[in-house]
Amino acid sequence: MTAGEVALICDMLRRRSGLTLPPEKAYLLESRLRPVVRKYGLADLSALSALVARRNPQVVADVVDAMTTNETLFFRDMKPFSMFRDLVLPALLGGRAAQRSFRILCAGASSGQEPYSLAMILAEEAARLQGWRCEIVAIDISTTALERARAGVYSQFEVQRGLPTRLLLKYFRPVGDNWQIAEELRAMVRFRDFNLLNDLAPFGRCDVIFCRNMLIYFDPATKARTLQNIARRLPADGFVFLGASETTMGLTDALVPIRTSSGVYRPQAATGPAVAAVAPSPAAPSGSSAASAA
Amino acid sequence: MSALRKTCLIVDDSRAIRAVARQLLEELGFDAREAANGLEAIASCREQMPDMILLDRNMPQLDGIGCVRAIRALPGGKEPKVIFCTTESSLMAIAEAIAAGADEYIMKPFDREILELKLSMVGI
Repeated sequence: MTAGEVALICDMLRRRSGLTLPPEKAYLLESRLRPVVRKYGLADLSALSALVARRNPQVVADVVDAMTTNETLFFRDMKPFSMFRDLVLPALLGGRAAQRSFRILCAGASSGQEPYSLAMILAEEAARLQGWRCEIVAIDISTTALERARAGVYSQFEVQRGLPTRLLLKYFRPVGDNWQIAEELRAMVRFRDFNLLNDLAPFGRCDVIFCRNMLIYFDPATKARTLQNIARRLPADGFVFLGASETTMGLTDALVPIRTSSGVYRPQAATGPAVAAVAPSPAAPSGSSAASAA
Repeated sequence: MSALRKTCLIVDDSRAIRAVARQLLEELGFDAREAANGLEAIASCREQMPDMILLDRNMPQLDGIGCVRAIRALPGGKEPKVIFCTTESSLMAIAEAIAAGADEYIMKPFDREILELKLSMVGI
């Protein structure tokens, strides 16, 4: 592959997914795109680059899919989920008592482990959420990952990575050598093929946004734009979860950490973890079906 | 310094599996002891209760289910975290182990990451 062809693919990746591939990581193109070259029966990566240059939509989608990282696991890093359960959920239950509804957006949902982890937390709190409308909207640009997420079928390895056995027993059933998450949990999550770089307005107000381990792949300008995009969807008392190694520092003043190294951020104006009463939640985006944890 | 290290008991009738598990757990900072079946495990626990027990299910003399029940009945036997580690992957087998007193369950084959995550789940 020539330097020009590498640049062409890298440019397309940055525009389509935000992924910034530094020159020292260009070798990843070789290894990760090899299966795409085989899939289309092409001679080499140069031929693939020619199809990308012609903006063949399926080829472009497959290249983005191959290059973006779909690494995830249930209850990844644990702490964000205990903070969601112990800090954010009680705040929502208090602050949204009048409208009894809230919406969670999971960006970069990949094969679904993060939104399903949240669904399990909500299901465990079903008694307290009786009569509540709890929406989980999960977005990703990888159609392959979303297909897997919707099916909710995971290998033996995947269900052991982060998922407590008690929850495996309660919410999964064996399907051959794999495990499928229960229908009622699958119904709680709405998966959408959506690019985080686009305006998130179609999702209306999002009370909690999980955007973990996405920004690390972006250049500073894209990070800042994404954080501002996220901040616009939050109510004054909303919450954002970022990855452990991610920060808003130097990127935006719109979001501030609730405390140092917590990974949890709130809009600048919000004070303290308690959620004040806010206006009723807007209707679900058109074409959506709301799911309820209760 | 060694008194501060966590202790674990690896219970498996396969010497090879015990060796692999010992290496992993020692790398994770455990002082490891071994037992080749349930009866040896109970004797070891009577002598000194470990912080964590990695327990196979199918073993001669006394299997993992009988073993965890017996250990839980010993003085101090409710303290150690018990993680089953077995090829049995049926829903019934997992449920039986948890009901018998296991805290977590690993289905073989497993890797270091799974072991670390399970240890973290039980608070070790």
